[in-house]
Amino acid sequence: MLKFIIKRLGASLGILLAASFLLYVLVINSGDPLQDLRESTADNREHLMAQRVEYMNLDQPWYARYWDWLTGVGKCFGGACDLGTNIQGQNVNDLLAVAASSTLRLVILATVLAAIFGIAIGVLTAVRQYSGLDYGVTFLTFLFFSLPVFWAAVMLKEYMAIGYNDWIKEPDISMVQIIVIALLFGFLMQVFLAGDLKRRIITFAVSAAFVGVAIPYLLWLNFFRYPQLGLVGIIILSLAVALSGTAMTVGVRNKAVLYPALITVGLGIIAYYATFSLLESPSTWLLIIGGALSMIIPGAIGYFMGGRVRKIAMWVSAFTGLVAAGLTTVDHIFRAWPEFLALKPRPIGTIGSQTPNFDGGFWEIFLDRGAQLLLPTLLLAIISLASYSRYTRTSMLEVGQQDYIRTARSKGLSERTVVFRHAFRNALIPIATIAAFDFAGLIGGAVITETVFGWKGMGEMFKTGLEHIDPAPVMAFFLVTGTAAVLFNMLADIFYALLDPRIRV
Amino acid sequence: MSEHQNNDELRGSSNMQSEMGPDGHPVVSLAEVEDAELAKNESQSRSQGQLIRRRFLNHKPAIISSVVLVFITVMAFSSIGFAGIPGWWDKDYSKAGELINGGAPTLSLLPTWLGGSGLAFGESPFGQDNTGKDYFALVMRGTQKSIIIAVIVGMVATFIGAIIGAVAGYFRGWVDEVLMRITDLFIVIPLLVLAAVLAQMVGNKSGSIFALAFVLGLLTWTGLARLVRGEILSLREREYVAAAQAMGSKTSRVIFKHLLPNTVGVIVVNATFAIAGAILLETSLSYLGFGVQPPETSLGLLISQYQNAFTNRPWLFWWPGMIIVAIALSVNFLGDGLRDAFDPRQTRKAKRRKTKELS
Repeated sequence: MLKFIIKRLGASLGILLAASFLLYVLVINSGDPLQDLRESTADNREHLMAQRVEYMNLDQPWYARYWDWLTGVGKCFGGACDLGTNIQGQNVNDLLAVAASSTLRLVILATVLAAIFGIAIGVLTAVRQYSGLDYGVTFLTFLFFSLPVFWAAVMLKEYMAIGYNDWIKEPDISMVQIIVIALLFGFLMQVFLAGDLKRRIITFAVSAAFVGVAIPYLLWLNFFRYPQLGLVGIIILSLAVALSGTAMTVGVRNKAVLYPALITVGLGIIAYYATFSLLESPSTWLLIIGGALSMIIPGAIGYFMGGRVRKIAMWVSAFTGLVAAGLTTVDHIFRAWPEFLALKPRPIGTIGSQTPNFDGGFWEIFLDRGAQLLLPTLLLAIISLASYSRYTRTSMLEVGQQDYIRTARSKGLSERTVVFRHAFRNALIPIATIAAFDFAGLIGGAVITETVFGWKGMGEMFKTGLEHIDPAPVMAFFLVTGTAAVLFNMLADIFYALLDPRIRV
Repeated sequence: MSEHQNNDELRGSSNMQSEMGPDGHPVVSLAEVEDAELAKNESQSRSQGQLIRRRFLNHKPAIISSVVLVFITVMAFSSIGFAGIPGWWDKDYSKAGELINGGAPTLSLLPTWLGGSGLAFGESPFGQDNTGKDYFALVMRGTQKSIIIAVIVGMVATFIGAIIGAVAGYFRGWVDEVLMRITDLFIVIPLLVLAAVLAQMVGNKSGSIFALAFVLGLLTWTGLARLVRGEILSLREREYVAAAQAMGSKTSRVIFKHLLPNTVGVIVVNATFAIAGAILLETSLSYLGFGVQPPETSLGLLISQYQNAFTNRPWLFWWPGMIIVAIALSVNFLGDGLRDAFDPRQTRKAKRRKTKELS
C-alpha cells in the first residue's frame, strides 16, 4: 500500500510540474502585459513601464521567470511560500489567503450539499426505475446539465433574491397562493412516497391539508419575520429523527438501538437549557466542540447499551445527537433573525461574500455570511447535484443486477436491507472517484459563479490575472486547483482500494 | 402488488413455459420448440444497423430532441442567411432602427380565445435592443456562430480523442504510458482555465471563431481518449485482430479498419456529449470575456452584453439563454438516445425490474 501511495504521489507531482510549466508558458505568451501602458499618454509612462517590468521580471527570459516562480513555490516545502508579486506589485501570498478562504467556503459547502442530496436522489430514482419520479428527475438532471451557469445565476438573483427581499418586508401569502403551494406540496409528497393509488391519495390529502393549515398559522405567528422553534419543536423533531433512524436501520422493535436514541433526545433537552446563555454569543470553536461532543457522548451511550447491534446503535445515537444539537443552534439563529432583519432589511445578498461595514453579534454576522453564501452555493450545488444523482443511479442499477443482490433477495432479506446494506454500499465505491473529480472541477467552475456574484475569490483573481497577462495570480490559482485535483484523485484511488477488496495494489 | 409481479418474473420468460408447439400439438423436445419459435420469428431478423436504428427511433426524447435541433439549426441558418446567401428575414442584425413600443417582443403564441393577440410573428418577434437593432436577427446570428463552434469542437475533439485512445490502447507499453500521462496533464488543469488562456491567446492573434473552435477542440478530447483506449484494450485481444495481424495487415489498417469501427458506439455517443459541452464552454468563455470577441458574436456574448438590461428589457436576456438551454438539452437527450441504441445492455424496459417500494 505504501509503495502504491508513494508511486502515485511521484507521478502526480510530475504531472503537476509539467502542467504548471505548460500553463506558465501559455499565460505569458497569451498577450502583452505592457499593452495598456504602451497606449497610455501619461507623463510618467516610462517610469510606470520600468516599474511593471521590475514587478514582473519582464526583463528576464521566460525560462528564468518560470524558474523564479518554481523556486518560490518550492519554498512551500520549507513552510514559507513565495508566489511572487502581481502586476501592481502586491504580494500574491496575501491575495491568495484572502481569496482561497471565501472560495473554499463556497466550494466545500456546495460539494457536501450536492453529494448528500445527489446520492439520496440517485438511490431513490434507481429504486423506482422507470417511474414518474424517475422520468421527472432524469429530465431535471438533463436540464441542469444543460444550464449555462451565468444565465441561471442572473435568474436566481432576479427571481429568488430580489423577489424574496421584496416579500420579506411584509410577508404575506394570498389564499390562492396557499392553495397552489398546498396542492403542489401534496403532489410532490405523493410522488416521493409512492405506493398504490389509495396510499397516494391519502398522502396527497394529508400533506396538502397540512400545508394549507400550516402556512396561515405561520403567517398569523408572523413566523417569517419572527421565527421560533422552541423546545417543543426541538423535542418533536429530534424524536422523529431518533425513531426514523431506528426504523431505517433495525426497526423500532429493537430496544438496543431505540433506547440509546431516546436517551440522546433526553440529553438534548437538558443540553438545550444548560447551554442557553452560552449560545447567546458563542464562538466558532465553541460550536465545533459542542458539535463534536453532541456526537461523542451519544455515541458512547450507544456503545455501552447497544449489545449485539453496538455499531448501529452508536451511529443512530450519534446522528440523533447531532440533529438535536443542530436544532438547538437553529433555535438560536431564529432568535437572532429579527435583529438581523433590522440591521439588514434586504437579507439575501447578490454581491460579494459579506456585507461591507456590517456589524453585529456572532449570530448576526453568521446570518449575513450565510445569506451572501446562499445563492452561489445553491447554484453550484444544483449543477453538481445533477451529476451525483445520475452517477449514483447508474451505479445502483449496475449493482442491482449483480448475483449477490439476487441472493440477498432470494434468501428473504427485507428490501430495506437489500438496498441499504447490500446494494448501496457497493454502489458508493465508484462515486468516491466522482466526488474527487467533482471537487476539483467545482473550484474551476467557481470562476463563473464568483464573477456573476461579485465575489473577491480565487476565480476573480484568476480572471483579472489573465486579463492583464499576469502569471503570478493565475499560477497561484492553478496551484490550489491542481493540487486539489491531484490530491483528491489520489485519495479516491486509496479509498477505492480500501473499500473494494477485489482491487489489489 | 409488487410481490405479485416478482412471482411473474420468477416464472421466467414466456417461450420456455409452454409445452405446446405453435400449432397446438404437443412437442417432444425443447429444441423443437425453439426451432418453431425461430421459424416464426425469421421474417423479423435484422442487421446490427437496423437494430440500432430501431432502438433509436423508439427513444421518444431523442426523436423530439432531433426535431428541435433541426428546427433551431434550419431557423438560424435560413433566416438571416449564411456565407453570403441571403435569408428570408428582412432585417439586418447590425442596423440600428427605430424603437417600437420600447423594443418589446412582438411574438405572440397565445391564441385569441385565450386572451392573447393570436399567433403572430410581428415586426420584431424577439424584440429590439436599446439601439433598436432587431434582436431576432442578432440571436439567430449568435446561434449560427455557437452551432458552428460546437460542431467544430465536437469534430476536432472526437478525431483527436479517437486517434490517441486507439494508438495508446493498441500499442500499450510506453506509448500508452506517455499518451495517458499527457491526458492526465490536460485533466489536471481545469478545462475552463486552460480554455480561457488559449482562447485569449487566439483572440489576441486572429480573433476568428474557427481558430477559437479549433483550440477548444484541442482541449476537450481527454474523456473520449480514455474511453476509446479502454475499448481498444479489450478489442485487441480478439481473434479477428490476431487474424488480421497474421495476414500481414499494416498497423494502420488494423486500427482503422478493424478496431475503430467497433468502437463507433462510444465515439458517436461521446461526440454528441462533446458538442453539448462545447456549447456551454463557448458560452461561458464568451461570458467571461475570453471567448468570442465583439465584432463577432455568440449566444454567450449576447448574454454578457445585455445582462445589465435584465430589469428593463428582460427579453434581451431570455432569448439567447433559452436557445442555449434548448440546444444543449436536445443534444444531451440525443446522446442519451444514441447510447441506449448502441449499448444493448441498457435497452429501456427490456430489463425492467420492479422492486418493492422502500418501506
